Amino acid sequence: MRLNFLRTYKYPVSKQYLISSILIIITSVISYFSVELIGYQVVALMFLMMVSLLAMLFDILPVLLSAFVSALIWNFFFIQPTLTFHIGTPKDVLMFLMYFVIALINVVLTYKIRQYERRMRSQEEKEKSIRLYNTLLSSLSHELRTPISTIIGAIDTVQDTDSKITEVNKKDLFKEIEIAGLRLNKQVENLLSMSRLEAGIIKLKLDWSDVNEIIFSVIKECETDLNDHTVMFEPDESLPLFKLDSVLVEQIIYNILFNAIQHTPKETEIRVSVNAADQGCEFIIEDDGDGFPKEEKSNVFNKFYRLKSSRTGGTGLGLSIARGFTEVMDGEIELRDRMPKGAKFVIQLPCEKSMVKSLSNE
Amino acid sequence: MNRTSVLVIDDEPQILKLLSITLESNGYKVLLSDTGNDGMLMIGMHAPDIIILDLGLPDINGHDVLLKIREDFSRPIIILSVRDSEEDIVNALDNGATDYLTKPFRTGELLARIRSALRSLDHSEGRSYFQFDNIEIDLDARTVHKNDKNIKLTSTEYKLLVLFAKNQGKALTHQYILNEVWGFKYKTETQYLRVFVGTLRKKIEDNPNKPQHIITESGVGYRFQ
Repeated sequence: MRLNFLRTYKYPVSKQYLISSILIIITSVISYFSVELIGYQVVALMFLMMVSLLAMLFDILPVLLSAFVSALIWNFFFIQPTLTFHIGTPKDVLMFLMYFVIALINVVLTYKIRQYERRMRSQEEKEKSIRLYNTLLSSLSHELRTPISTIIGAIDTVQDTDSKITEVNKKDLFKEIEIAGLRLNKQVENLLSMSRLEAGIIKLKLDWSDVNEIIFSVIKECETDLNDHTVMFEPDESLPLFKLDSVLVEQIIYNILFNAIQHTPKETEIRVSVNAADQGCEFIIEDDGDGFPKEEKSNVFNKFYRLKSSRTGGTGLGLSIARGFTEVMDGEIELRDRMPKGAKFVIQLPCEKSMVKSLSNE
Repeated sequence: MNRTSVLVIDDEPQILKLLSITLESNGYKVLLSDTGNDGMLMIGMHAPDIIILDLGLPDINGHDVLLKIREDFSRPIIILSVRDSEEDIVNALDNGATDYLTKPFRTGELLARIRSALRSLDHSEGRSYFQFDNIEIDLDARTVHKNDKNIKLTSTEYKLLVLFAKNQGKALTHQYILNEVWGFKYKTETQYLRVFVGTLRKKIEDNPNKPQHIITESGVGYRFQ
């Protein structure tokens, strides 16, 4: 995930000079033809307006230069006697000086305001990233420390010779140690996957794969996580073989399925299906749970993002890894609405197909 | 005989399981709850002797649960949490927690803290004589003895020691101690506390560098045992 911080768009300096000069020239030309009508004093105001406008957009140097140049132009072409830098009357000298001072004040003030605003914004950005870092740390420490606590605590209790622990209880504790170990392993896998994704060092191992087999193996892996959920899958025997990285595909489907099991009410039905698409294959994982809140939908694939309503636990990594792996395979992952309720994940992976499988079945 | 009852409020099924087996095996009666609201109901129904509370609960913020429980529960509350920032710990202790233990924890340590917190219940305000191993404090006579020898303490050291004795087993924050011994104005003057804890340790500990009685809770405060 890339953090899209607010950025002030900056034109390259050469472009700033170019645009400033063009605008000053346009103003000069318009003024030159209308000076009879509006008078040379109003021309000064027009230049002043143009300089203020530039000050709002550009850096201080190009703006200072335009202030200076426009003053000279005004002097040369508009103040009597025209076409000289000589200024005829004391009134005009005063006006020329005032033009200069007002333009300078304008430029410097605008510059200062923008500088201040930029400082505020970078402060805001810093605070935002600190907040993100804190949520990340607290969810990670919860996810890692809870199983570690279970393992250390359970071993302490089993080894404690003073306590009157029963054999049944001992067995229970060993079971908890096993569960905690597996859970820890899952989190470490997730973190490793994330760092591999971020480092961009994932090499695809493409091979002809039977997608039905992939889904069955994912469902089997999920069995221990099920919480009275049912996972439905009807294999389509007529599907061709697809040239895919089956390990990554398994991980993608597992993460989405695991996410659904963790965050939907008990007895929710989760449906997995796979189809051949024009350019490759398409996996769909849908559930009839509560779905995602509309305003949070755009964030669900973001790293470390967790729904505001979600209970404690979870790192916010699962779905972002699913998206990362999908993108490594040039595929697309999408969260759609499901009617009447629930969530629907659609993963499209471009890949080659082979009909060898259906031929051999005949 | 009536067993001591412990209420555990934690939303992690694994931790609940571990604690229920550990505490049961050590002779406690265990009550379990996985949400703050349910936990508060259980307190009303079962009046536990001690509560072990996690701060990361799904329904209510842990610090709020603590405050609410403290409104009408005066027995020990031990916080057991993955949050290990000084801010969280100090906050919890200031909000009425008796002690704070971070996860992962050793069950031996937890059991010791439970015993210690329960013991501190006997040290009510009315007592005038305390004994900790080789140290005796007599409030009526205003004397402190170590190995039966009289120890001379300054009045501030004495005040500090009495505060510790009365709160045996309880983690006390720097601010709390400063407020109680020196007064409200000195609440942030931790250097006073460091100096006096240092001199007190030299007088009552066998080895001031490895204190047995005045234990440092880094960044948080002290605990006397």
